[in-house]
Amino acid sequence: MERPIYLDYQATTPCDPRVLQAMLPYFTAEFGNPHSRNHAYGWRAEEAVEAARMKVASLINADPKALIFTSGATESNNLAIKGVAHFYQEKKDHIITCATEHKCVLNSCRQLEQEGFKITYLPVDSNGLIDLNHLKEAITEKTVLVSIMAVNNEIGVIQPLAEIGKICRERGIFFHTDAAQAVGKIPMDVEAMNIDLLSISAHKLYGPKGVGALYVRRKPRVRIQSLINGGGQERGMRPGTLSPPLCVGLGEACAIASAEMPSEYARLKVLRDRFYHAIKTGLEEVYLNGDLEQRIPGNLNLSFAHVEGEGLMMGIKDLAVSSGSACTSASLEPSYVLRALGVEEEMAHTSLRLGFGRFTTEEEIDLAAQKIIKEVNRLREMSPLWEMNREGIDIKSIKWAAH
Amino acid sequence: MAYSTEVIDHYENPRNVGTLDSKDDFVGTGLVGAPACGDVMKLQIKVNAQGVIEDAKFKTFGCGSAIASSSLVTEWIKGKTVEEASTIKNTTIAHHLALPPVKIHCSMLAEDAIRAAIQDFKGKQKAA
Amino acid sequence: MIYLDYNASTPLRPQAKEALVATLDLTGNPSSPHHMGRQLRSLIDTARKAILEKIEGERLVFTSGGTEANALALSSVESFPVIVSAIEHDSVLKAVKNPHLIPVTEEGRVDLEKLEALLSSFEKPGLLSLMLVNNETGVIQPVQEVARLARSKGWKVHTDASQALGHVPLSFKNLGVDLLTLSSHKCGGPIGVGALVIKESLHLAPLIRGGGQEYGMRAGTLSAPLIVGFATAAKEALNDNSTLLQRYQQKIETSLPAAVVYGKKAPRVSHVVSLGMPGVLAELQLMAFDLKGIAISAGAACSSGTMKTSHVLTAMGIPEQEARCAIRVSMGWQTRKEDIDQFIQEWQNIYHLQRLKEAS
Repeated sequence: MERPIYLDYQATTPCDPRVLQAMLPYFTAEFGNPHSRNHAYGWRAEEAVEAARMKVASLINADPKALIFTSGATESNNLAIKGVAHFYQEKKDHIITCATEHKCVLNSCRQLEQEGFKITYLPVDSNGLIDLNHLKEAITEKTVLVSIMAVNNEIGVIQPLAEIGKICRERGIFFHTDAAQAVGKIPMDVEAMNIDLLSISAHKLYGPKGVGALYVRRKPRVRIQSLINGGGQERGMRPGTLSPPLCVGLGEACAIASAEMPSEYARLKVLRDRFYHAIKTGLEEVYLNGDLEQRIPGNLNLSFAHVEGEGLMMGIKDLAVSSGSACTSASLEPSYVLRALGVEEEMAHTSLRLGFGRFTTEEEIDLAAQKIIKEVNRLREMSPLWEMNREGIDIKSIKWAAH
Repeated sequence: MAYSTEVIDHYENPRNVGTLDSKDDFVGTGLVGAPACGDVMKLQIKVNAQGVIEDAKFKTFGCGSAIASSSLVTEWIKGKTVEEASTIKNTTIAHHLALPPVKIHCSMLAEDAIRAAIQDFKGKQKAA
Repeated sequence: MIYLDYNASTPLRPQAKEALVATLDLTGNPSSPHHMGRQLRSLIDTARKAILEKIEGERLVFTSGGTEANALALSSVESFPVIVSAIEHDSVLKAVKNPHLIPVTEEGRVDLEKLEALLSSFEKPGLLSLMLVNNETGVIQPVQEVARLARSKGWKVHTDASQALGHVPLSFKNLGVDLLTLSSHKCGGPIGVGALVIKESLHLAPLIRGGGQEYGMRAGTLSAPLIVGFATAAKEALNDNSTLLQRYQQKIETSLPAAVVYGKKAPRVSHVVSLGMPGVLAELQLMAFDLKGIAISAGAACSSGTMKTSHVLTAMGIPEQEARCAIRVSMGWQTRKEDIDQFIQEWQNIYHLQRLKEAS
């Protein structure tokens, strides 16, 4: 089988060869535990880690001292949410988040709920964005943290971060954002956006898997309780030996993203629009999920009415796409993100997430659109729902047996 | 979740896709599943005077296993009597297609579709 | 440059590097159902199986390293008593608040009699954690006996085997424990990955929640390159030539009669020597060694920035003044005879220089 066309950039991004080159020396020649303070091996490893920290910080306009390395965004999100909640639990016990957050944010909140915290899950509008008035109304005297993701992993929409940050700062509430899908794709600025905690994932921005970062503001200071106790690394917030090659990889990935963001943003937007146009021209009854304007250029989430998503994926097996979040796609439940947008279940079942990125070419886009159009048409010919639709029968008028 | 070669074969080359005239008294139509659950099967049989299924057609909205299950049973029931067809069990379908546990419901849906089509046919015969 | 700090971190083995780099080129999220995701998933599953087979384990959850694996193991007990040995790594000692400590003998092994008395003092059983090999002295702990004793009283037993893989026979089954920690970069694999081996009947509440990966016990996207590198290194570590390291160990100890070797009479691994230079503070020794291009440390790397007195030696009853003069020499798969010769030479130089200073 020839190499599939990779259109799953929200699940993970390929490691950039330049990142790989930067990491490789640290896998061998530069070995050493960066916490060994008594010999040159340790010092060199530490220097490399600190240089990487600067690069990551610079991409989000943060103080490098406020940045800690973790094993990835999942850990960063757990640490930020549970860390703040546990540290301030004597005084405050309310957290506001949103229904379309990543599973690791929602599950951290569920755990806190079981411990007695109160959680507000803000709804989203049909475009996938939260309503700032809902946020303002949800805030109470007991609210300690607002956790709203920067960019949604399924539908790519960008939440109004600066506005959320402003509201939180005014009310003296910490603002955490899961920026795994945003960092390196759109400009992020913890100062301008008044962000207090920010989660980063390396493998979503062309870096290696197994490393991420959490920004924890120092002025005004945000305190967190660590998830893991032990050796005191990362200012006691995250013990465990740091991996110099992984940290260097994340740093390099951030440096590259920083340099190439404007041109890459524009390039991807052209590709995305070209793809969307081709699909809309080639097929009827295709619906876009999530706002088109407030969206990163590397994402489309489309419902191909009357064609089931998993069946469609099987037909386009030489395209690597996703029918929902990768973590849950082994289950047959329709995406909770699409459901939160008010997409009907039958429509949610027909959705594909298409992610474009640094290595996507125009040729691939054209080929992918062609293949999808061909397969959707073939499956629609096989679909009883499409047949009813063509005959003008409203499928809602039929009494379906639930099973 | 790798699909078996049987599933892939039926998915890529589905047998007996199509529609029979549902108004015909000798045609039974079964429509099972629900769009909100992610799969819908329409199975139609045309039965001759001897009670033998001489044609079968299907249309399915669903995953590869659902399409393969319905395609497979149209092949199996053709040439069988209505009574013989009604004895087809979902376990036989699942076994033949080597369906993983999460896909067993596809074979159950196919069994339901056969029964629904036969019931519809018998209902029409009684009324006639 | 001579590297004698393997217990802090080992150089990546070439086979592990090769496997890791080859996997770095593959794209995809191992949780994705498409072909590219499944390919990574299958590499991870193969690695998981390979490690489990080698150590006769039951179930394995990949973590970001030994520290997280220890934290996960110890967080599994909530309101139950926790007993740990006094010489554990900080990630075990500090994993729960105020654990009960098992004292050790002057040779650095847990005191079985005192442990038995301690166990009997509790009404309900909890969790006991005892490392298999101490990271500072290399002393092998009687984990099998302790596990048998504790489990007979209903306790769950965890062992931190981070420093053990490749240095002592390692079988989850034979040790009879419930939980076992492994660390990749202590056996020649990459930093950033480790594992907790768990009895199949146990379910742990996750520290890190999310997509339900790793049997629901540890969320987060798995890194196939790190995991493949880890499994490859583990396999290589089991083929290491420990006779060679044992010879080096003996050579250091016999060549330096003035040195104090801690834990000498206890069963020990062959690649570690906890070495005291009477009258010379560890800081000074380490500086002198570093100037000569020899990398060594005084104890655990995590706390070595602050140069506290070793809690391990203190637990063995070594007076503070004496303990502050101990360094840890740890060797590994790349150590050569010349490295050891040079180390011995430099040790003697530093020592004699100090003697001269004292005499003048």
